[in-house]
Amino acid sequence: MLAFIIRRSLQSVAVLVAMSLLVFVGVYAVGNPIDILINPQADQIEREHAIAALGLDRSLPEQYLSFVTGAAHGDLGRSFVHSTPALSLILERMPATMELALAAMVIAIVLGIPLGLWAGLKPRSIAGRAIMAGSILGFSLPTFWVGLMLIMVFSVMLGWLPSSGRGPTVDLFGVIPVSFLSLEGWRHLALPAINLALFKLALLIRLTRAGAREALLQDYVKFARAKGLTNARIIGVHVLRNILIPIVTVIGLELGSVIAFAIVTESVFAWPGMGKLLIDSIGLLDRPVIVAYLLIIVTLFIIINLVVDILYSALDPRVRVTESKG
Amino acid sequence: MPGAVSRRAVETPLRRIAGDFASDAIAMAGLALLCAIIAAALLAPFISPQNPYDLSQLDVMEGRLPPGSPAPHGVYWLGTDDQGRDMLSAILYGLRISLGVGVVATGFALVIGLVMGLTAASMGGRMEALIMRVVDIQLSFPAILIALILLAVLGQGTGKIVLALVTVQWAYYARTVRSAALVEQRKEYMEAARGLGLRPARIVFRHLLPNCLPPMIVVATVQVASAIALEATLSFLGLGLPITEPSLGLLIANGYQYLLSGKYWISFFPGIALVCTILSINLVADQLRDVLNPRLQR
Repeated sequence: MLAFIIRRSLQSVAVLVAMSLLVFVGVYAVGNPIDILINPQADQIEREHAIAALGLDRSLPEQYLSFVTGAAHGDLGRSFVHSTPALSLILERMPATMELALAAMVIAIVLGIPLGLWAGLKPRSIAGRAIMAGSILGFSLPTFWVGLMLIMVFSVMLGWLPSSGRGPTVDLFGVIPVSFLSLEGWRHLALPAINLALFKLALLIRLTRAGAREALLQDYVKFARAKGLTNARIIGVHVLRNILIPIVTVIGLELGSVIAFAIVTESVFAWPGMGKLLIDSIGLLDRPVIVAYLLIIVTLFIIINLVVDILYSALDPRVRVTESKG
Repeated sequence: MPGAVSRRAVETPLRRIAGDFASDAIAMAGLALLCAIIAAALLAPFISPQNPYDLSQLDVMEGRLPPGSPAPHGVYWLGTDDQGRDMLSAILYGLRISLGVGVVATGFALVIGLVMGLTAASMGGRMEALIMRVVDIQLSFPAILIALILLAVLGQGTGKIVLALVTVQWAYYARTVRSAALVEQRKEYMEAARGLGLRPARIVFRHLLPNCLPPMIVVATVQVASAIALEATLSFLGLGLPITEPSLGLLIANGYQYLLSGKYWISFFPGIALVCTILSINLVADQLRDVLNPRLQR
């Protein structure tokens, strides 16, 4: 087990280094920030001064080296546009994104697993078919367009909920600004969270349904039936426990994907999170912020994947065995 | 049940699949909708009332008219956008671009994925480990993130968005075809083919590949839909196709700013077209998956 964890961790570090190089070289090849960031009316001396201040006069390897040294000290460069450290700019926005992602995930889990179970146990019933039709719809509706439609109906037509922003926040533990502690915050959170949850909700429904359908055909279910166990016990204990392993894994992995997809929802609802910052920064060619965002999200992903892998191998010993053989 | 066996024996696989497919009314409705959408996209230049790219046909004075307003050529059934463009025509042409980009990207990704997956499965060893490691790492990141990184790096353009979609998708095919090929390779007909001394290329292309196709068809169908959705999303975020050739995503983005003042149609109708396209493809894919999945056949 320890060998597995160590090997898996080393692999994660290798991926992180490769991604940082890829992202850095890629992003630093985009356009020419000098043209965008420096006043066109500036004279030659001003220009050179600005270029030196931003470190753009040095060669690419030199820039990468100073970037890596900085990154190791938690310094991911200064935003060209905001003139503040890129890292703190992103960390400032992180609670908003995390709150949105967690709210969406909770909605998806609380609704998705019971609905999926129902559809899996009664696939031919009207309710089962309706749930599946709904999940296909959830898959087919593009997130950004659903967001627009939510704004159209609930903000413009009905006027019930605000269409953008986060509203006033309350500090949790005195440091983390959150929306869910005030009514006004809930009103702002509702539409973006529902919007972000829809796709994951559809995914969880299908996953639970497929798992339940396959589990019901297994011998252990037939055996449990033959033993005369109650239906509630067969489903609640035997079926649910067996389908929960893949579901928990997917929930873990999807947390990262929700954070990535928050980019879209944040752009639609002007939610002041990291994703909106990224899109704004791409538009302004604010490279330190783009690089910092990508590195932070890649790191986040690698950590999530690592934790899920280790948990999964702890839950299911077969994974460990095949890994060490392969 | 000897009767069932002999009846199955005279059926060709294709007939059986077609028969199973037609047994579900919703799937058939999806197929009909999809055919109608493809026909509308192909025939756009002949059936649309206006050429939305021809600036001389546009009149800014006719901008943002609600659906049903009178037009020089008849009626603006779906209204006009801020440039005075007939929304119906813009949607028909946008459908062409969205479908085209999705199909072309899926085609390239399918070929690359097939080659990589078959190479991994038939060569084994280090090559297989290398290819599958890359696939694993890539699939551990969501498609939208990889596409965003690429477009942030490459800039905009039709070719670049196709490249981004191909990069995002090839790994799905590689993984699917490899796992199918590994299963097939252990079967007796493959052993027989090897025993006959057939050339490796012949074994791979005539025997292995056709038997790996069913799961690939399902994945490819789903991926066309997700490619179209991803392209629309990227275009909406302003990172996709250029404004000169608006796809459905860009049309929706155009209407975003007018939505808050109640001019819903500029975003609403292109979105409906997009949803119908993706939904019909997903309905077809869903039924294909059930029909082609041996595990659900009892």
